[in-house]
Amino acid sequence: MEKMTSPYKWGMVIDLDRCTGCGACVVACQAENNVGLCDKKEIAEGRDMHWLRIERFWVGEYPDVRVRFLPVLCQHCHDAPCEPVCPVYASYHNPDGLNGQVYNRCVGTRYCGNNCPYAVRVFNFYPHDWPKPLDNQLSPDITVRSRGVMEKCTFCVQRIRRAKEEAKGEGRMVRDGEVQPACAQTCPAEAIVFGNMADPQSRVARLSRSPRRFRLLEHLGTHPSVYYLKGGGREHV
Amino acid sequence: MSESHESYSSHESHKTNGTHATNETKTVGQLNDELLSSLRPPTRRWYLLAFFLGAVVAWGLFAFTWQVTHGMYVTGKDRPVMWGFYITGFVFWVGLSHSGTMVSAILRLSRANWRRPILRAAEAMTVFSITVAGLFPLIHLGRNWIFYYLIPYPNQRGLWPNFRSALLWDVTAITSYIIGSSIFLYLGMLPDLAVVRDRSHGWRRKLYTVLAMGWRGTAREWVVYHQASTLMAALIIPVAVSVHSIVAWDFAVTVVPGWHSTIFPPYFVIGAILSGVAAVITLMIIIRRAFHLEEYLTPLHFDNMGKILLVISLLWSYAYFVEVQTTWYAHEPIEWEVFSFMANKYTFLLLLMLVGNSLLPITAMCFKRLRRSIGVMLSVSLLVNVAMFIERFLIIVPSLSHKNMPFIWGSYRPSWVEISVNIAALAGFALLYTFFAKLFPIVAVTDVRELEVREARVPLGRAEVPTVAGEE
Ligand code: SF4
Repeated sequence: MEKMTSPYKWGMVIDLDRCTGCGACVVACQAENNVGLCDKKEIAEGRDMHWLRIERFWVGEYPDVRVRFLPVLCQHCHDAPCEPVCPVYASYHNPDGLNGQVYNRCVGTRYCGNNCPYAVRVFNFYPHDWPKPLDNQLSPDITVRSRGVMEKCTFCVQRIRRAKEEAKGEGRMVRDGEVQPACAQTCPAEAIVFGNMADPQSRVARLSRSPRRFRLLEHLGTHPSVYYLKGGGREHV
Repeated sequence: MSESHESYSSHESHKTNGTHATNETKTVGQLNDELLSSLRPPTRRWYLLAFFLGAVVAWGLFAFTWQVTHGMYVTGKDRPVMWGFYITGFVFWVGLSHSGTMVSAILRLSRANWRRPILRAAEAMTVFSITVAGLFPLIHLGRNWIFYYLIPYPNQRGLWPNFRSALLWDVTAITSYIIGSSIFLYLGMLPDLAVVRDRSHGWRRKLYTVLAMGWRGTAREWVVYHQASTLMAALIIPVAVSVHSIVAWDFAVTVVPGWHSTIFPPYFVIGAILSGVAAVITLMIIIRRAFHLEEYLTPLHFDNMGKILLVISLLWSYAYFVEVQTTWYAHEPIEWEVFSFMANKYTFLLLLMLVGNSLLPITAMCFKRLRRSIGVMLSVSLLVNVAMFIERFLIIVPSLSHKNMPFIWGSYRPSWVEISVNIAALAGFALLYTFFAKLFPIVAVTDVRELEVREARVPLGRAEVPTVAGEE
């Protein structure tokens, strides 16, 4: 991998054995990031605005069928296919290894959406509004996006920013577990672990060395920052 | 050589073509009259046509405004198919724009004399279709009102567009091609503008006076003119080839299964030339009919264009075969899935595309009788263009609908907005063309006359020799 310019390299590990597909992370993400609320019609059209989705698939033949869940969010690829295709640099890489998205800069070519192999970028097709009293819970730390732009998971960059600033004020590094994105914080089964991959002692780094680890579509060479731990130990029926 | 030109380019429209009278029956004046007949005052039919086309364009504008005021949801686009009819239209029109370069520049450099009566029409087609094509990416943007972010302009924030993005290569290539082909068209028109300047009155005279830039037709001017147009012809070909290669890179540089293929640039260029040639044939037939140019656009021209169509169609079929065959041979499951999805879901379109682009042109264009029949040529060329549009569609949509992970598979259906905009683009192109044909000589008068001079023979002793030995 290329030379690091920052002591942080944020990463995530998702333990598929622990995931129950409850969907708490989806809701938490929606609330934390001012993700647009979609009505029935929009969802029926497939234009829902979730930055994180839970894929469900079936294994085995009837009657011995099991269901498995796979939470898919932006993988924050190190060689992100979405980045070089953006003509205006709205999709960019930050020194911490995050794949950022500048909503104000996005003109909506949707080229990145085509080139993301995981299809986790969501386009704002509709103008969204938050009916009262939901507007009161909009987070002030993050923009409310207009229609016509591309959105995606940012690993809750606003939280990371705050933690880094606090740590800097105290003259130290961000401690392991000090910052968590909303999805990880909400996951009742603690299936999602977030942290600094650059620190070999952090929980994510240790988990990511597990023999169960894999990354999605690794053959494409995108080098995702999200590791999955293979499920199948305990089945969820 | 220049002297003979000089006498023709002068504005004495009634002077007979004295020197080459041996087998020349027409006077220069008659010739000019016939070739410039398109410039006569518009008839009622012309107004009706223009009005009709204008109405369609207005409808398209309405649809576009609708999209801007409401949001992209009025189109059929959806996750994961983020590109649809607009980009199809874009690639298609960029393809059509290759006609002018093909007919005018390539045939000029290869010294095919029969090209002369059609070259202006083809060059104008290039300019208009690339203009129409350039509009599509802008229409397609989610936030069209800040399209200028794509332009590298100095700003306080020090922000530049991303030159790693193929979309920016597009912007660059299309702009160069619009500029290049406009210059090419204009340059070739200079002597003709001088001819019409000398024959017109009123505001038209003023317009042509400015445009003709004081052309008088001196020997020096002709020499420079010939050098410049040959140079331009040589320069515009690489631009044309690169423009469509770049459009192909929009797809080839991605990691989308079905797009990520090295055959794309040559394949796209060949497809572009195929649709361009077909469009020129259609246009030739329309112009021939509209302006009564039966004498200048003879079956010979259709015969020759038919042969070109045959060759290009063979090339296209080969490229298509290579694309499918390499995928089949590699048998990458994800990629193969895209192909089988296309074959299953779009069977009809796929067959129509294969018939229109290879089966029909290849079989029909083998026969001289069919190549010389106007009706056959019209239907073949129209079908080729329909098939070409389908080809672009089939490149874009199936790949996006079935990429990588089954969870996100989807499909796409164009909405009324996208269809309206696409139809309006066609109408807008036709409208531009209608105006152009009324304002400027649609047949390259001087080029046609030059040919007549070349072919004329003068008596020399007892023998008859051609007036001019070689070309250019
Ligand atoms: S997962 Fe998709 S959106 Fe996220 S960095 Fe990779 S290519 Fe970009």
